[in-house]
Amino acid sequence: MSFAPFAVAIWIFLVGLYGVVTSRHLVHLVISLSVVQSSTYLLLLGIGYRTNGAASIFVDIPPNTKAVDPVVKALTLTDIVVGATVTALLLALAVQAQKRFGTVDPDELDPLRD
Amino acid sequence: MSAGGGASQRRDSEISFATRRRLFLVSGVVLAALMVWALGGMPGFGDYHGIYGLLLNRVAVPEEHATNVITAVNFDYRGFDTLGEEFILFASVLGLALILRERRDEEEGPPDDDATGRQVSGASAAVRLITVALVGPTVVLAVYIIAHGAITPGGGFQGGVIAATALLLVYLGGEYLALRRLRPLPLVEITKATGAAAFVLIGVGGLIFGAAFLENFLPKGTAGDVFSAGTMQPLSVAVGLEITGGFVLILSEFLDQTLVLRRRRGARSR
Repeated sequence: MSFAPFAVAIWIFLVGLYGVVTSRHLVHLVISLSVVQSSTYLLLLGIGYRTNGAASIFVDIPPNTKAVDPVVKALTLTDIVVGATVTALLLALAVQAQKRFGTVDPDELDPLRD
Repeated sequence: MSAGGGASQRRDSEISFATRRRLFLVSGVVLAALMVWALGGMPGFGDYHGIYGLLLNRVAVPEEHATNVITAVNFDYRGFDTLGEEFILFASVLGLALILRERRDEEEGPPDDDATGRQVSGASAAVRLITVALVGPTVVLAVYIIAHGAITPGGGFQGGVIAATALLLVYLGGEYLALRRLRPLPLVEITKATGAAAFVLIGVGGLIFGAAFLENFLPKGTAGDVFSAGTMQPLSVAVGLEITGGFVLILSEFLDQTLVLRRRRGARSR
């Protein structure tokens, strides 16, 4: 039994969170957020893994081969798709911030500013 | 939150960068400790016993004639979730197009102006040749990935993104402005909307010809054939259309921002 994949997921999550907290550029912030999100891919795939299990695609392996869990893989796919679109939406907001306020430093963006 | 306010260089009400980092390091260590503690309660790596996934691995091939169980989960067993996922994508692309719409103080610069400004970063003949030559194979690969979604790794999501990268290749080759004059944007939007609508309509088909929404009502063929797994392949194509349309729209909105939209002369700076 090993916990290494989960430990790596925790590490990626915390590194990404550090990037979000200390970010001084909106694009950097959005990328940090996707680093945080990529830890969830690792966590999901790590949970569904079965030792020596094949991928759950039964094209050239016998139907009763030991295979890893397909549900978490499908969840990861959803995760990636949603992550990509959220990143695109946030980057669009960063473009608008630059246009409207002339800055992409989160510290210089004031919510009460015109 | 005025703990470190005195050190702020920008505004009195803000905490300084250093304070913020110190605050995170303390809370981050606490968070890390809690997570490591939680590791103790996790099932060991490689020791998963979720019965649902194991069951699907056994029944997907005999029941649905789909050899790719992940696609079977996405487009059949949990098809309704994928419908939601598809509309998350639809809504966010819509939001993106709305956020990046042309503002009042902006206007589209004439392409000739942009062409002169772009000479600095113009693509070399070799890059141009390679990218244009790669567009065809990229689209073929995308169609292959979409068409074999229920058989081998792939499906509408993956294939759609690959198809949309063809646009990026064109941009890399420096031909984006030329393409933009030809690009049928309404067609891209229609493609995206057709994909979204087709998914719902195939689902309604399950309601009419089967018993439930998104039920697999088409003939299932032989497992491993392109025309197998019933509604999964049409659904994969529908998702492929929507993802292609959606990502082409996302990419071209961003490319338009860099290449085409110019601030109107004499407009206010903000």
